[in-house]
Amino acid sequence: MSSILFWIFAALTLGFGAATLLNRNPVASALCLVVSLLGLSALFFGLEAYFIAVIQILVYAGAVMVLFLFIIMLLDIKAQERRPLSLPVLLGGAAVIGFFVSQILLVLRCFPAGKEPFPALAVDAAHPLLDARNIGITLFSAYNLPFQVIGVLILVASIGVVVLSKRELK
Amino acid sequence: MNAILHDLIDPQSILFLIWTTLAKSAGILCVVLGMVSYTVYAERRVSSLIQDRLGPNRTGFPLGLFGNLFGIKWRDWSPILGGLGQPIADALKLLLKEEFTPAFVKKLYFWIAPGLGIGAAIIALAVIPFGSKIWGVDMVIANVDIGPLFIFAISSLGVYGIVLAGWSSNSKYPFFGAVRSTSQLISYELALGLSVVPLFLIIGKLNLVEIVNYQVQNGWMLLPGLTAGKPPTLQQALLWVPTLLAFITFTVAMFAETNRLPFDLPEAETELVGGYHTEYSSLKFALFFLGEYTAMITGSAFIVTLFLGGWHCPFIPDGSAFSVGGVLFGLINIAVFFTKVFGVLLFFIAIRWTLPRFRYDQLMKLGWIWMFEVALINIFLTAFILAFVR
Amino acid sequence: MAYQVPRPKLTIAEKLYIPSVLAGLKITLGHLVRMLRGKTHVCMQYPEEKWDANLPEHYRGAPTLVSDEHGRTRCVACQLCEFICPPRAIRIKPGEIPSGDKFAKVEKYPEAFQIDMIRCIYCGLCQEVCPEQAIFLKKEYAINGTSRAQMVHNKAKLVEMGGQRTGLVNKWNEKK
Repeated sequence: MSSILFWIFAALTLGFGAATLLNRNPVASALCLVVSLLGLSALFFGLEAYFIAVIQILVYAGAVMVLFLFIIMLLDIKAQERRPLSLPVLLGGAAVIGFFVSQILLVLRCFPAGKEPFPALAVDAAHPLLDARNIGITLFSAYNLPFQVIGVLILVASIGVVVLSKRELK
Repeated sequence: MNAILHDLIDPQSILFLIWTTLAKSAGILCVVLGMVSYTVYAERRVSSLIQDRLGPNRTGFPLGLFGNLFGIKWRDWSPILGGLGQPIADALKLLLKEEFTPAFVKKLYFWIAPGLGIGAAIIALAVIPFGSKIWGVDMVIANVDIGPLFIFAISSLGVYGIVLAGWSSNSKYPFFGAVRSTSQLISYELALGLSVVPLFLIIGKLNLVEIVNYQVQNGWMLLPGLTAGKPPTLQQALLWVPTLLAFITFTVAMFAETNRLPFDLPEAETELVGGYHTEYSSLKFALFFLGEYTAMITGSAFIVTLFLGGWHCPFIPDGSAFSVGGVLFGLINIAVFFTKVFGVLLFFIAIRWTLPRFRYDQLMKLGWIWMFEVALINIFLTAFILAFVR
Repeated sequence: MAYQVPRPKLTIAEKLYIPSVLAGLKITLGHLVRMLRGKTHVCMQYPEEKWDANLPEHYRGAPTLVSDEHGRTRCVACQLCEFICPPRAIRIKPGEIPSGDKFAKVEKYPEAFQIDMIRCIYCGLCQEVCPEQAIFLKKEYAINGTSRAQMVHNKAKLVEMGGQRTGLVNKWNEKK
């Protein structure tokens, strides 16, 4: 992926991610998160991970965020009041940010692979990159048991939701 | 200079890729947007014929305005063209209407919403193969390996246009429309996605070009024996049952996704005034209108690609040959594709006047209790046949 | 006690919904095909085809002034129609008939008679109220013009549209 596109989409992702937190209006916040997710999936596209990129849009931007928006609109959540900032709050926030940024810097310094360019994928006309197929094969061979367990877990959760919502109020 | 000229015709160069892609995008945009206006005309005409009326049959092209230009006596030919000028008149009417933004709306979202709807519908067209090949160039804008998923993902973004329109209008009926469409789209997206899984199980590819190529060799998914030129094997014959089921569930879900009757609850005129676009006027309303019909065409093109063999017509070769005949066949293939799409659109229109609108709880029940389960069982059925019948 | 509506028991074919969709399609496409083959003839291509011959006797079109056998406009400018007209579409300017005239005993005639056809609601009250049987509603419905002024029918136009009408009571015969 050309680095210009990378920087554009990275800036888009981070910028709208920050806007998600800074917006007072919940609907605007949710929409910023959608744009942020789209930027993220564009980054995945750049890494030629088409399957993950599309699933990112399909599941998060297309379904989960629509549900979020639905709930926000249905409950009619009003924009939050702006609270006056006090010195301890500012200091505490700055301390947390400083802590995380220094931690990330430290990790990056101790991670030599991060400084080297990503090895080019051996993709040509004879060996097309079938990432959906590869993910499927990996998922059902190497990670079969965890996959099945997660499936059962989600089934239990959905049955639980049905039971809870079907229970009649006495 | 010579190098650039050479690049322009060298199939391997990036410049060649760029200009062919731009040309294809411009071409498909023109064809599809032209098709939208004539789908509206067809809708009005077929609707009225079904209802024993005549519909718009008078508007010709206003060529009479030219007078005697170039020594030719221009005429409108209104009675002969039978209303084919109506889309132009409609578009002019929509353009020239007053652009009115109510004072109580949330301006930014109100302005963004119409663009989102049509944008999603048009982008989804990028991965649909609308023809075979012309002079070695694939007639698909983006040949990606995840075509169907891409279409699902992009068309699921189209709901934001509706939701934002309903919410930003700040008025109750548009809001009802938006809420209805949200829950409807979420419910039917599951059935839509699951219903085509059997197809991918059978074909084993997620690339729409490959899916069409499979159908060229083995017969269309819906009519395997008729179009392949050879009798189907036992497995193929058995697989026709899940394919038919998949076709029915997919088509029904597609009706729900494109807000067509009998699932047009987001804009049920009798209940919600105009639904989510009640507060819109002029060009912004026109964009919603355009978006809705573009989504319909995208959906039909998707159905044609998956089930009806895409650009394939029996006894007509594809346009892969580097000759005048090859180019001709390539163009015929494109024409075949759009003819099929138009056929599916006519089916959409005929269904509109056949079925009454669903009640909202029936819609949800159909989506969650029937469509979803049928699609799931269908996957198992297909896998069973694929595994045990040779 | 709520009234329980008995729901019909559906067969499996009906529950599947698809046969009924096909049956419905058969009906709609049947209409389409009959229309395309020209079997149905419901619509009328208006300016070319008209229904004029079949208009009923009591059809109320544009109000007009009629003349009697001798070509005299029957109106005596009593202004009753002007008073009764609900949308006040009628304006009459009465004039006096000079004493030397054959019909001097009628005393008055309309010097100007205007009906504003934009206002007219075709109610027929003018015809009803007229003591002279001078104003009649004809079967003309295509009243048009390119300006407001053109839509006001003056006396000449009204008389021309009314034409001669015989068989009415002639109050003002010379003999009487």
